[in-house]
Amino acid sequence: MSETFTKSMARNIYLGGSVFFFLLFLALSFDTLGALPKRDNRQNITPQVALGKKVWEENNCLGCHTLLGEGAYFAPELGNVYTRFGGSKEAIMGFIASRPVEGIPGRRSMPQFNLSNEELEAVAEFLKYTSEINAANWPPNVQG
Amino acid sequence: MQYSSQAVAKPYFIAAIGLFIGQILFGLIIGTQYVIGDFLFPEIPFNVARMVHTNLLIVWLLFGFMGAAYYLVPEEAERELFSPKLAIAMFWIFLVAGALTIVGYLAVPYATLAAATGNDLLPTMGREFLEQPTITKIGIVVVALAFLYNIGMTIITGRKTVINIVLLTGLTGLAVFFLFSFYNPINLVLDKMFWWWVVHLWVEGVWELIMGAILAFVLIRLTGVDREVIEKWLYVIIAMALITGIIGTGHHYYWIGTPEYWQWWGSIFSALEPIPFFMMTVFAFTMVNRRRKEHPNKAATLWALGCAVMAFLGAGVWGFLHTLAPVNFYTHGSQITAAHGHMAFYGAYVLIVITMISYAWPHLHHKAPAANGRAQLFEMWSFWIMTISIVFITLFLTGAGILQVYLQRVSDTPLPFMVVQDKIALFYWLRLWTGVIFFVGLCLYVYSFFAKDNKSLASS
Ligand code: HEM
Ligand code: HEM
Ligand SMILES: [Fe+2]
Repeated sequence: MSETFTKSMARNIYLGGSVFFFLLFLALSFDTLGALPKRDNRQNITPQVALGKKVWEENNCLGCHTLLGEGAYFAPELGNVYTRFGGSKEAIMGFIASRPVEGIPGRRSMPQFNLSNEELEAVAEFLKYTSEINAANWPPNVQG
Repeated sequence: MQYSSQAVAKPYFIAAIGLFIGQILFGLIIGTQYVIGDFLFPEIPFNVARMVHTNLLIVWLLFGFMGAAYYLVPEEAERELFSPKLAIAMFWIFLVAGALTIVGYLAVPYATLAAATGNDLLPTMGREFLEQPTITKIGIVVVALAFLYNIGMTIITGRKTVINIVLLTGLTGLAVFFLFSFYNPINLVLDKMFWWWVVHLWVEGVWELIMGAILAFVLIRLTGVDREVIEKWLYVIIAMALITGIIGTGHHYYWIGTPEYWQWWGSIFSALEPIPFFMMTVFAFTMVNRRRKEHPNKAATLWALGCAVMAFLGAGVWGFLHTLAPVNFYTHGSQITAAHGHMAFYGAYVLIVITMISYAWPHLHHKAPAANGRAQLFEMWSFWIMTISIVFITLFLTGAGILQVYLQRVSDTPLPFMVVQDKIALFYWLRLWTGVIFFVGLCLYVYSFFAKDNKSLASS
């Protein structure tokens, strides 16, 4: 790098640039927080959805599945599973409850989590709530 | 080694390599489960093994960063480490906490672990990379604070150089952004939004400061180039990293419920994120070309150059590939993501830690600037085997990803996820076998620490 461009100039770009862009990022983030109520489907967050999220987390579902495209890529996207299963919470509950304990020979298998009926309903409700978040038309189609 | 307290780096490096081996073994397990679905089922389900794979990665990189800091900071500050005892105590706490967590993952169902560790009191578990029980997270914070105090005191009372200040800034940022892992609102969109304040602002923000500082330190030692020149480069690189990377967070805000304007902010700024990585490559090669001495540690130079190149390929090129919103719409959460994740983590952070170990180990262990020629030869072989393997793993996953995206998301008759997975299984087989070769490379790397030179082989 040329001699006329000194170390202290470089330092000033670093300090000034990172402070400026961090503040800009904070400003954008605050703006986003203001815009979220119209998009994030918070009006449908019930105690049941809260329990559903807890069940989702405490069984580490994200360790195999993606949710809105984030997680693991071993098993299908679940952000839109409510839609894929024809808008049926019962179908979701039935699927989770019926996983064989020993798995399906030779195939990727989902564990049997032994969820109570309350937990099953809650996690299905959580997935319904998730499917109603405005995610800018993602995923591209129902297959997720 | 100029200061005896630098020796505390040694156990950190040993632990890092040990956990690296564990990480890869579990990588092979999940790689097998990709093609033999019921492998180890139900004893070790995929999600558990994956969690072990990724958490071991993070933990061993943290061990590596801490070891690097304990080695580098005294030398830069020109004084002994503030408290070597504290450093050793923290080593054991971190190792035991880490080991217990992994045992917990493997020994009981995750839900049982969550209940046993009181996840209800402060739910933080069950999110990617942040799966650790809340008490483990608190332990990590304690260790991080003690560590920052230790190296902070060393720097404050010693010589302040650009390198140790940048390193300290990066490590402080690492600890600060980790605090967002304790924020887990029920609102999924908020949860996701701030989850990225840990993950993205780490790897595309403050960790780049750590990487830059370590690279600068090693290049000064290996090439003898004037510190002024190197420090100027370091400033420009980290300036570009933060200027592009902070708002670049927006490339994760396209499809999680956050407003559409992020498609513009995220695309534009993250498209510039390759710049700092490209500069690191130019930096490393320029310094080595302008070297004023021939350092006997050729292996360390190879790791350093390889790190700069592979970080640019993995983060810069493979990151750019899927970072523009119209592309990411199709590739989001696919094998393309996994391809990029592997080469970026390997190129930038695995290799920077190994670069540091390669430079420091001869000083720590042999009281010499370089290991013997045969040991270096093994190191270099292991570099090429692991690096070429990761390149092929990335290429195979990219192939899988392109097909997956086409069959499942683009074609006129989109197929279900599991159907597509069956169709692209060949790529997963290729990835698995390449992973085995990666593991061979890693074994060679470990062997290099024990390799004697030809003379002592002949005399014994
Ligand atoms: C060499 C053998 C390896 C194999 C067979 C392997 C296999 C895998 C598999 C199957 C996954 C899960 C993908 C999914 O979620 O569906 C994964 C995830 C991951 N692995 Fe590896 N891995 C290996 C090496 C590595 C190395 C060397 C690194 C780091 C440098 C690494 C870092 C990661 C990361 C960061 C993830 C999470 C990726 C994401 O969320 O996009 N792995 N690996
Ligand atoms: C060394 C630096 C980097 C590392 C270690 C890294 C690692 C990763 C990992 C592990 C993921 C997957 C996260 C998940 O599981 O959801 C990811 C996602 C992503 N990265 Fe990086 N990355 C780095 C730099 C970059 C850069 C410089 C760019 C852009 C130029 C980039 C673009 C992306 C994008 C767009 C995604 C989201 C993929 C998706 O939508 O599924 N990354 N990165
Ligand atoms: Fe990112």
